[in-house]
Amino acid sequence: MAEPTKLAKDEEPKDDATPNVSKVEAVEVASETEAVEVLEAPAQRGEPILQVRNLVKHFPLTQGILFKKQIGAVKAVDGISFDLYQGETLGIVGESGCGKSTVAKLLMNLEQATAGEIFYKGQDITRLSGRALKAVRRNIQMVFQDPYTSLNPRMTVGDIIGEPFDIHPEVAPKGDRRRKVQELLDVVGLNPEYINRYPHQFSGGQRQRIGIARGLALNPEIIICDEPVSALDVSVQAQVINLMERLQNEFNLSYLFIAHDLSIVRHISDRVGVMYLGKMAEIGTDQQIYDHPTHPYTQALLSAVPVPDPEARAHRERIILTGDVPSPANPPSGCRFRTRCWKAEDKCAKEVPLLAVPERFKGVDTPAAHESACHFAEEKDVVGAA
Amino acid sequence: MSRTPVTKHDEGDGMTSLEMAPTDAGADGAAPLLEVRDLHVEFAVRDSVTKAVNGVNYSVSAGETLAVLGESGSGKSVTAQAIMGILDSPPGRIAKGEIFFQGQDILRLSEGERRKLRGAKMAMIFQDALSSLNPVLSVGFQLGEMFRVHQGMSRKDSKAKAIELMDRVRIPAAAQRVGDYPHQFSGGMRQRIMIAMALALEPDLIIADEPTTALDVTVQAQVMDLLAELQREYNMGLILITHDLGVVADVADKIAVMYAGRIVETAPVHELYKRPAHPYTKGLLESIPRLDHKGQELYAIKGLPPNLQAIPPGCAFNPRCAMAQDVCRTDVPPLVPVTELDGTELPGRHSACHFWKETIHG
Repeated sequence: MAEPTKLAKDEEPKDDATPNVSKVEAVEVASETEAVEVLEAPAQRGEPILQVRNLVKHFPLTQGILFKKQIGAVKAVDGISFDLYQGETLGIVGESGCGKSTVAKLLMNLEQATAGEIFYKGQDITRLSGRALKAVRRNIQMVFQDPYTSLNPRMTVGDIIGEPFDIHPEVAPKGDRRRKVQELLDVVGLNPEYINRYPHQFSGGQRQRIGIARGLALNPEIIICDEPVSALDVSVQAQVINLMERLQNEFNLSYLFIAHDLSIVRHISDRVGVMYLGKMAEIGTDQQIYDHPTHPYTQALLSAVPVPDPEARAHRERIILTGDVPSPANPPSGCRFRTRCWKAEDKCAKEVPLLAVPERFKGVDTPAAHESACHFAEEKDVVGAA
Repeated sequence: MSRTPVTKHDEGDGMTSLEMAPTDAGADGAAPLLEVRDLHVEFAVRDSVTKAVNGVNYSVSAGETLAVLGESGSGKSVTAQAIMGILDSPPGRIAKGEIFFQGQDILRLSEGERRKLRGAKMAMIFQDALSSLNPVLSVGFQLGEMFRVHQGMSRKDSKAKAIELMDRVRIPAAAQRVGDYPHQFSGGMRQRIMIAMALALEPDLIIADEPTTALDVTVQAQVMDLLAELQREYNMGLILITHDLGVVADVADKIAVMYAGRIVETAPVHELYKRPAHPYTKGLLESIPRLDHKGQELYAIKGLPPNLQAIPPGCAFNPRCAMAQDVCRTDVPPLVPVTELDGTELPGRHSACHFWKETIHG
């Protein structure tokens, strides 16, 4: 399944106005007649490698010391579903507190999900334990945000990158490890001679490369990246992003790329999901989300991003949201965005909008026909793409 | 001391006050509000010296926004600390230079006189509002402190003033929240309190050090708008220190790009993005992904920012520069005015590159 995925990615049209069918996909679905089928680009990518269904994580709020009783829950993740395909990058964006990092922890099984399923190649990993879990974990690795705190300062680079081999000795036999670690250093663009150095001897960008090398050690299929470049300087960010893209092509990795920087997410992602207060607001290909957003939150988020181009800025409409994100312990009824939404009506307070292709766009051949959780979904170009 | 709100001159007219080099200062008749001349700051670390700022020149006029752009370690914050007089010294030390504020060299003033300036005439907004506010005092008390210390106001009056200020920065239900503690506010609200505190005594100059870096984009937009609006209203000079090229494009009049403790390029904001005149600026602009279209592979500036204890000889950027020649490894390029090919001067534009002609004119 690797071949078509790669092709589809390379063939992605850059600035085409009517883009949703790239050449390869068009050939594959030539026989299909329904327009909607064509729009669901990922469907051509074969079986998803990771399927998340109605994932929920509530952190209980308790009162009392001796006789603890639960008085509520922080609804960090409240029923989200998405698929991740082999070789693709799914970007997850959202403001702080929207639950994007909790999703990462749930996928890694670092937190126990309150409800919902995570299928890795058809197997629900939330129910696994012991040896079976260990085997699955080998294939899902993580790269953390802060390269200053995620590397043990008392371990050498060789020990840090080699540590996964202690847990999964079948990947690299003991005598072979040093060579393997040096290979990994080379792959991420570090000098293999640095194997005996300590993390403090490296700069932020180099440390993030060490973190990536550790993530790659076990030849995983999925890498979950939680804000991998947000702690880095601009000139170094580009180096790390390019490295990650190169590694993806080389090893056919699937990335779940969590970040708050919308420009970077657009650059690296094939598909993008927008989260708000523990729910998925909108999900689609990068073009659908950035050039044809239909959810008001996505539109506001995109319009608020400062663009490093004073000329383009003049043509952009800015939507300034009022207020802050409500507390996830006590989210608004109905649509969670309604308290900050300029379109909100009575219906929004009563009915929770479902994540689906909006009724009005169903069966219409338009990039706006992607899943959006809004009662009044409407297309609006806020980025001002040429 | 009440001031009539002044509307900011539109961007086209702003050109007259865009001169940066000290010699140009009097071009439009009035002296700038703040002028930094050949500032050098160094830090003594165990057995060596870290040269954080190596000859910075810039100026800000009333009502003008200067953005100082640079990566971590470029000396942008240290320069600001030197202006405010809050440099950690020792180990920090101003080795050389002058800072003129309203025509007076403030580096010659006594600590007591500097103290009177801080807060009343110049104020600073810090990046991390949570660690800049005192967690055990209510925000109303901390805001009122400005009036009690500087103006000898009573507790009751200062509280009323605090409420007025919180209203001013649009904190909802200010009268009820005046007794709340910093942890009870969200990040955006805390940053508004920091802004209120800086504005309290209506200073002439505000230095904002990464004021929105810790905030989410939707809140960032609110806070930047507020800051720009208040600046216009009070006709203050604003120095905005940031690493975010997007934020700068939104609010600044002119930009100074710093690298390894020096200014490598200055330009009016529109010009800089259109035609950068220094390879570092050019590289930075090319290395950021765009929101409005999906590009190809990102351009990456090779290598790392220099170690400030061992800045490369010649141009500090030469080891990372694609255009570097032998002269770049030996001679430090001066910050020179940038002109069109036919010699027409480009107002406010300077570049510290031996090959600025090639960079800007291709």
